[in-house]
Amino acid sequence: MATASSTAPDLAWTKKISSPQELAPYRRALIESMDPDAPRIRVCCGTGCKAVGSLEVLEAMKTAVAAAGADVHVMPEVKRTGCHGFCSRGPLLTLEPQGLFYQRVKPEDAVEIVQKTVVAGEVIQRFLYKPPGAKEAIAKVGDIPFFAKQTKLVLKRVGRIDPFDIRDAIAEGAYEGLAKVLAGMTPQQVIEEIKISRLRGRGGAGFPTGIKWESCAGQPGRHYVICNGDEGDPGAFMDASVMEGDPHAVLEGMAIAAYAMGSDRGFLYVRMEYPLAVQTLAAAIRQAEDLGLMGQNIMGTDFSFRTSISTGAGAFVCGESSALMSSLEGKVGRPRAKYIRSTEKGFRDSPSNLNNVETYANVPGIILRGGQWYTTYGTERSAGTKVFSLTGNVHNVGLVEVPMGTSLREIVFGIGGGIPNKKQLKAVQTGGPSGGCIPIPGKFIDINVGFGKLAEIGSMMGSGGMIVMDENTCMVEVSRYFINFLVEESCGQCTPCREGLTRMREILTRITGGEGREGDIELLEEIGQFTNSFSLCGLGTSAANPVLSTIRYFREEYEAHIRGKKCPAGVCKPLYYYEIDPEKCTGCGVCRKRCPAEAIEGEKKKPHTIHQELCIKCMECYRNCKFDSIRIM
Amino acid sequence: MPEPEATCCQEPEVDFVELDRIIRDEFGGRREAMIMMMQTIQRRYRYLPEQALYYLSQVLDVPITKIYEVATFYASFSLVPKGKHLLHVCTGTACHLKGSGGMVRHVAAKLGIEPGATTPDMKITLETVNCLGACAVSPVVVFDDKYYPQATVGKLNEFIEKVNAE
Repeated sequence: MATASSTAPDLAWTKKISSPQELAPYRRALIESMDPDAPRIRVCCGTGCKAVGSLEVLEAMKTAVAAAGADVHVMPEVKRTGCHGFCSRGPLLTLEPQGLFYQRVKPEDAVEIVQKTVVAGEVIQRFLYKPPGAKEAIAKVGDIPFFAKQTKLVLKRVGRIDPFDIRDAIAEGAYEGLAKVLAGMTPQQVIEEIKISRLRGRGGAGFPTGIKWESCAGQPGRHYVICNGDEGDPGAFMDASVMEGDPHAVLEGMAIAAYAMGSDRGFLYVRMEYPLAVQTLAAAIRQAEDLGLMGQNIMGTDFSFRTSISTGAGAFVCGESSALMSSLEGKVGRPRAKYIRSTEKGFRDSPSNLNNVETYANVPGIILRGGQWYTTYGTERSAGTKVFSLTGNVHNVGLVEVPMGTSLREIVFGIGGGIPNKKQLKAVQTGGPSGGCIPIPGKFIDINVGFGKLAEIGSMMGSGGMIVMDENTCMVEVSRYFINFLVEESCGQCTPCREGLTRMREILTRITGGEGREGDIELLEEIGQFTNSFSLCGLGTSAANPVLSTIRYFREEYEAHIRGKKCPAGVCKPLYYYEIDPEKCTGCGVCRKRCPAEAIEGEKKKPHTIHQELCIKCMECYRNCKFDSIRIM
Repeated sequence: MPEPEATCCQEPEVDFVELDRIIRDEFGGRREAMIMMMQTIQRRYRYLPEQALYYLSQVLDVPITKIYEVATFYASFSLVPKGKHLLHVCTGTACHLKGSGGMVRHVAAKLGIEPGATTPDMKITLETVNCLGACAVSPVVVFDDKYYPQATVGKLNEFIEKVNAE
């Protein structure tokens, strides 16, 4: 097979798949047509790698491979793929058959990689990943702890296939679950299998998927199947990576759900901030319809399912199910009271089933290998795996899929590689803006991550954002940040959420501004409990979590702000200043050059000083000093 | 302040034939597609011109107050023209922890505008965005649709100088 193009593949040579039994031979033919000996170079083109220039690397690799055509026996295949997960090391390449992992590759390295590694089989040391603290670099993907310690069920094809070529996905097993369903399962059997798997909604609430499907299927009228791709939590990008890297898993899951509930119409609601996901999904739908895997009379059966994409318009609250459905109808996205469930009366007042991207992506595997198989992963109450987006102050930022019940220690240190710059771990924030901050050191480091456990300690699972915070994070400021976010995003229809959040922001801004008063903490607790108790929707009833959880675990930090007028972490501007330690300063001049306010002066190789009246406290010097000589006072 | 440029930023002439095509042909005149119609209009004019919204109201038979409600509810819509250049600073959690809040304050002070506003010469609009999903390379800024990973205050100064030099 020649160099794969990154645009839509030409499917003209194929005919529609006309029965569920035809998919397996089609897959075999596809696999046979691919040369098993051909070297494969996979270039990660997820959002993170794209931001650091992976598309240029992709083009350069293609050019270099084409130029080396005469030197190789088999033409290597260069393909763009979705997110490999290891986003902080981008742009990333994996090279087969050796299974090599190259990181931080630049376009100008392409010729060297093709000549040395692809043609001569030599490993280039400088592209290899070296874990923090290790002496030896690691060559193979499978040996890197970040990858080796994960269990990939949802992400199994993400990063392996070209998301713009359906043949790649089919060769790796896409639509086999749907074929199995159409070949001889009744809708009731499908629902039973999902119930056996104990799959719970991955969007945050953790409602059992099988029970939701069953209650929706039992309603009269036209049914709708909706996918929630409105991943609004800042710091979370797992759904984006699934949609961008393996859109067919989502479509197949939706089609199976539609079959189980007797629906013929689906919608994908995707955030407008994810333009790449919209492109991959649109291409995937078109190609699947061309092959007869979606649309009218799927695989020659009586089952039809048409689906289309709607984009959001920048409203966090639209991730809430009833608000999302209202937005799909072209209205403002305000949640409604849930005395009637959406499965009864949702979109267009008809029975509607709404699940998250990751939930649907779990479905094909469960159908194919059985619900029982799925329960072998995870814990009693939380079966299967969960994808987390690990971000913040941690070495290995990226996507991590682990069985439910994995400990925070394993995720942050085992997979995440610990905290950079010799800093101490302070807290982990889970559950998005309305989740909670969990203090880690000593206390909860060995807690097993699952739906029940996180709620017990005052946080929540949410959709899977996991933000690691080091000692330089001010918990009062973090809680002000989240409350400020929620004030902006509150839809404003119910008073506890609208007014409660605004008042909490007022108080928190006062505290971080150095004007905190005695009694502020108690007032925050009172308002917070009220907001959480009396708001209408899921956003409101969890809105005070960031405040309540930080007060619960970091009360002394609030007190330091209010009584001592100090910000121990050095974040709240009026409550600290920077100073250069003359003992440690080598006079390298990095801070002087980087300071945008020209507030630092000093001669070469002599200790520098900061002019406090000019300093804008942008942290640029502090972040970039290699000698740890800038102190927070 | 220099005189406003006459090219991109004055109240544009709304092309009603094109508008009709967007509403009726592209989206079949369906009320449910109203948000996507408005997104298409905004992409075309870089904001939502009043005339276009009145026309939309007539064709879809939706009261203008409902359209105004939608236009002000969703963060991505703008009722005022945007500047020639767009500068987005991501203020998602990962970027925030890496100091994007300070960068926003710095640019806002330097340009003399609040986030969300446009400079009086219509050259640059400063906006914040809640998360671009590129947390691994935070802090991220987007200048005229191009992503800049691991941005610094210095990088932002470069953009401003570039724009001012035009």
